[in-house]
Amino acid sequence: MPRKRRPKLAVWKFASCDGCQLSLLDCEDELLTIAGELEISYFVEASKAVVKGPYDISLVEGSIAAPHDLERIQHVRQISKFVMPIGACATAGGIQGLRNFAKVENYIPLVYARPQVIEALETSTPISAHVPVDFELQGCPINKRQLVEVVSALLQGRKPVVSPHSVCMECKMRGNICVQVALGIPCLGPVTHAGCGAICPTYQRGCYGCYGPKETPNTASLSAWFSQRLGVTEPELLRLFRTFNAGAEPFRQESEAHDH
Amino acid sequence: MRPAASNLGDEVVLEAQALQQLLEVLSGRGYQVVGPTLRQGSLVYDRLSSLDDLPRGWGDQQEGGFFRLRPLNEPALFGYGVGQKSWKEFLYPPRRRLWPARQEAHGLQILPPGEDAVKFAFIGVHPCDLHAIAVQDKVFLEGPYLDLHYQARRQSAFILAVNCGHACGTGFCVSMGTGPRASSGFDLALTEILAEARHYLVVTVGSEKGRQVISQLPHRRAQAQELEAAAKVVAQAAGQMGRSLDTTEIKALLYRNYDNPRWDQVAARCLTCGNCTLVCPTCFCHTVEDTSGLTGEQAERWRRWDVCYTVDFSYLHGGSIRATPRSRYRQWLTHKLATWIDQFGVSGCVGCGRCITWCPVAIDITAEVRAIREGERSGARGQGPGARGQGAGISKGTDKSN
Repeated sequence: MPRKRRPKLAVWKFASCDGCQLSLLDCEDELLTIAGELEISYFVEASKAVVKGPYDISLVEGSIAAPHDLERIQHVRQISKFVMPIGACATAGGIQGLRNFAKVENYIPLVYARPQVIEALETSTPISAHVPVDFELQGCPINKRQLVEVVSALLQGRKPVVSPHSVCMECKMRGNICVQVALGIPCLGPVTHAGCGAICPTYQRGCYGCYGPKETPNTASLSAWFSQRLGVTEPELLRLFRTFNAGAEPFRQESEAHDH
Repeated sequence: MRPAASNLGDEVVLEAQALQQLLEVLSGRGYQVVGPTLRQGSLVYDRLSSLDDLPRGWGDQQEGGFFRLRPLNEPALFGYGVGQKSWKEFLYPPRRRLWPARQEAHGLQILPPGEDAVKFAFIGVHPCDLHAIAVQDKVFLEGPYLDLHYQARRQSAFILAVNCGHACGTGFCVSMGTGPRASSGFDLALTEILAEARHYLVVTVGSEKGRQVISQLPHRRAQAQELEAAAKVVAQAAGQMGRSLDTTEIKALLYRNYDNPRWDQVAARCLTCGNCTLVCPTCFCHTVEDTSGLTGEQAERWRRWDVCYTVDFSYLHGGSIRATPRSRYRQWLTHKLATWIDQFGVSGCVGCGRCITWCPVAIDITAEVRAIREGERSGARGQGPGARGQGAGISKGTDKSN
């Protein structure tokens, strides 16, 4: 179908490592088509050329971690039709969300030579804690195939095929043998959101939850099994759930249950 | 050995090394030969190119949430039980493209799926899995709608069954009437016997296809003492069975225990990860997904396995009708053991024990049924059948159907 004009795409960065934005640039085979179907209007990681808003699709990377982020995310929301946070930072607060379990002012002098120039919020929070969002893509980093899928779905006006079920679904359909049952390796797959294609179990490692919680995750039951049957200690349990998605509510609660 | 004419139902003896010829005969007849082999530290079904690919001398140790390979004291070729994988992934693959489509000037053009016809020979199908294939036959081949893809693969398949020489750690086939001996549904069924210096197979001829294959191999009629040895092997497996599931009036039991508090207890453990259904050799649920390219010029429709443990599975307008893990686990177990009988005339459970072994937290279907039965005796039936549907919110009264 011919479209009247190409929808305008913007890519925003908040507190993040840029890895998720790079997933878009990693779409090497699809990039020219994406640029043909969408007007890439604001993407400073890729180009200094900026087309003024409003924008049809805003991909938002990063968490809200500094005072000026608070205003900027409101602005992004106001000038965007469809806002999609991408990655663990934008959907759960990211690894920098570890500050939520400590005092941020204790960290700053350890990292920065001149702590007085650093303006940081007490917490690192996801985009959805500040503005309404239209769709979220979890993962650290996101999967570029999922990104292309969501963009394709938006362009065609259909539902994106991004399932919130467990990594186990992808793992079994890929033909992997369960690393936890057959090798005794603790695996977060049963509580983790699919999307990566079960990369770690495919290489005989346990899933470490970088895609964050799946729908209805029963972290307490899995932790109990880890501890009673696989010999995982309480400090190890805390660390398992307190990584890139430490701020995602089910993982936050589970790590706190092991924070003695 | 002098080839003897064999008939359906005949029992003949092959020396173990004749299996190599059997694999060659099957390949020669155009089959893709798949069977048990060792990969990823476990047992899988994959292409076999020679007898050496079989896990000779390996057995298994299984418990709830636990599977390990175990070396045997003898060079048995079929000394293991069922592993995580089942034959369903060959007959009913996890993902299948139903059709691609192309946008053309006059509209959308639906194209054929473009699949190659493949003819499988399955080597080492356990009796529980024969029953599982028969259950999926009812799902895909009976009733008003045929699954043509399943039908093509199923009808062309050659099945070499193996009677079990030992019980799986988590299996309960005896109580489900599905093992440890194959009674039907195979082209050939073998019992492996290692006795003193001999290693031989007692083979039952189950079909014309099987008869033709056996006639190309050196074999002779089984003698009384060999048949006796084979019967002893299977009896030994039956005697080792560690689990059982009491199916007495199972439908009525589950229907009247819709509100049993046991469902809450199992829901507290259940991860709703879907592993039990993914490894179940009879679970057949799937969903359909549409994909399109960025430009909208091409689209594809795919079918993939789905499980009743996801929220999306029962999503209807306004939300999921099985919002709680309790309702999802109850749906799975009740469907498997009760509503399946209403739907297809057979139980959906063949007692293979995979759902127990491969559950990451070892939920045990036999223990759950026992707890419900015993709980009822001690008066813990919840609010009883009169109160059905007074449970939580939206799942009201809709849960027992599939």
